[in-house]
Amino acid sequence: MTGIGQPETEGNGRGYLAERGWRSWAFTLDHKRVGAMYLWTTIFFFLVGGVFALLLRLELLSPQAKYFGNHAYNVFFTLHGSMMIFLFIIPAIPSGLGNFFIPLQLGARDVAFPRLNIASYWVFAAGFLVVIGSLVAPMDTGWTFYTPYSAKSAAAVTTLSLGIFLLGMSSILTGLNFIVTIHKLRAPGMTWHRMPLFLWSMYATSIIQVIATPVVGVTFLLLAAERVFGVGFFDPSKGGDPVLFQHFFWFYSHPVVYVMILPAMGIVSEVIPVFSRKPIFGYKAIAYSSMAIALGGFLVWGHHMFTSGMSPLANAIFSLMTFFVAVPTAVKVFNWTATLYRGSITFEAPMLYALTFIFLFIVGGLTGPFLGALATNVQLHDTYFVVAHFHYTMMGGTVMGFFAGLHYWFPKMTGRMLNEKVARAAWALIFVGFNVTFFTMFIVGVRGMPRRYAEYLPKFQLENVISTAGSAVLALGILVMCWNLLQGLRKGAPASANPWRALSLEWRAASPPATENFDEVPVVTEWPYGYGTPKA
Amino acid sequence: MAHGTGNPRRTGIAVFVALLLLTAVTVLVSYVDLGLWNVVVALLIASAKASLVALFFMHLKGESRLVWGFALFPIVFLSLILIGTLADTMLR
Repeated sequence: MTGIGQPETEGNGRGYLAERGWRSWAFTLDHKRVGAMYLWTTIFFFLVGGVFALLLRLELLSPQAKYFGNHAYNVFFTLHGSMMIFLFIIPAIPSGLGNFFIPLQLGARDVAFPRLNIASYWVFAAGFLVVIGSLVAPMDTGWTFYTPYSAKSAAAVTTLSLGIFLLGMSSILTGLNFIVTIHKLRAPGMTWHRMPLFLWSMYATSIIQVIATPVVGVTFLLLAAERVFGVGFFDPSKGGDPVLFQHFFWFYSHPVVYVMILPAMGIVSEVIPVFSRKPIFGYKAIAYSSMAIALGGFLVWGHHMFTSGMSPLANAIFSLMTFFVAVPTAVKVFNWTATLYRGSITFEAPMLYALTFIFLFIVGGLTGPFLGALATNVQLHDTYFVVAHFHYTMMGGTVMGFFAGLHYWFPKMTGRMLNEKVARAAWALIFVGFNVTFFTMFIVGVRGMPRRYAEYLPKFQLENVISTAGSAVLALGILVMCWNLLQGLRKGAPASANPWRALSLEWRAASPPATENFDEVPVVTEWPYGYGTPKA
Repeated sequence: MAHGTGNPRRTGIAVFVALLLLTAVTVLVSYVDLGLWNVVVALLIASAKASLVALFFMHLKGESRLVWGFALFPIVFLSLILIGTLADTMLR
């Protein structure tokens, strides 16, 4: 029996990390190594994207474009957005933590297609190299590449589009691999309703990746065809329609915000019961709400385009559907809260980040309906209110979920424990810095400050100075966290196989796991959330 | 994984010929002015060709219900993007 009790496998040294040399990484078929490579790469781009964010905040200290100028500012926010979205937030949890933990949680030895898995990493690497190559004429269109500007801009739009096409292909390969893995490689006895909720969220995420990503790939090919061959897809003078680009772009890019958030929700669903020592409340509701979010996310893309001149009927339909998609999200939040109720809660770093996710995501989520409603959207569109809403959901939500996962699974991935005191100090700096940075943006947004300009009216300066100060605190917190992760990697105390006394299968493997994950394929007899019982 | 029981070479050649014929029909129809229906006819022929490729060349014909489900599922989303976009462009 697995799921409860002592681990089958105790630590055996370096596990999957035993083999050394660059070939052992570059040609690996081990899902854990592929996941680790994704993690290193995506965290690197998170830090680079963060530097661009700090440069933006530096420029916004003054109402005039004082430090870098307008063009450089446009380039910075384009690079910040593109890197954070395409090179960090989309792949970090699915391809990084997902690759590492899906087979382990399933009780499998690897993903269904290990060669496809390493291929997806190298396609991803080709993608980010092309993206870097586009810096010879850096983009200034914003991460949304809107036509008609992107069709005419002298910047390397075609190159960057090709890079993102490759990144998308990698994302599709990963999603396909995960869908087949979850269908075919579940351990004996692991029924769908005995799967950890992280797996449900990854399954829903993979469906979006496979279905939505081809649309953006084709859209960028159409854009490239328009730029290179002069075919009129989006240019009205050639019979095209610029709003059509927005339809295609958001048909992908709205569902993809659920590619970003669903895996983080899966992590929160894992962490909350472990550190509350209570069974998860509403298992099926949380599992099915992941699927509902994945499918409902395809019905609301038009809410990004209310001011683009869409037909009134389309505006009304998309607004209505937007309110519906909030329901399954709320189902999750209510169930997490119910799980916490009367639990034996402890506040280790993973739990702090998971609770931060819930708190900040509620703020981000509840500011969503203001943007989903037609009347208020017209007022708030393209103001800092949107920037604040987006960052509360994506950084307050997804990134906090990612940090929760990093801290929760760090002992399993590395075989070492983190310094808990430093981890909590970093969390405190990040929490304070984040809120100071972004809550002020709600205020200036409501007061009418537009986004994506290096210059602004002097009456907004105080809030911008406060926001920039907050970003410095946030950056300090992230630096402390990274330092702690590196220190933990180098000289953290050895981790036992199951330091959090968790019940899902990955904790039954050694820390770090062996290449084959488990000595014997586990047999599952119960769900992984039986906390609060004498056995757990 | 079942892949059908007929003569695979004959089936393959028949499908190949059908695809060539449908391509010829696409070209011929493009010379007839049917207004908006030109697009509809072209899409119908393209769908028929894609179905032949999926059924025979990609062996969907003999696959399990799960694989059929995954093959047909994305059509829902194709319909969504068409309906959503047309709800805007045709009523703008």
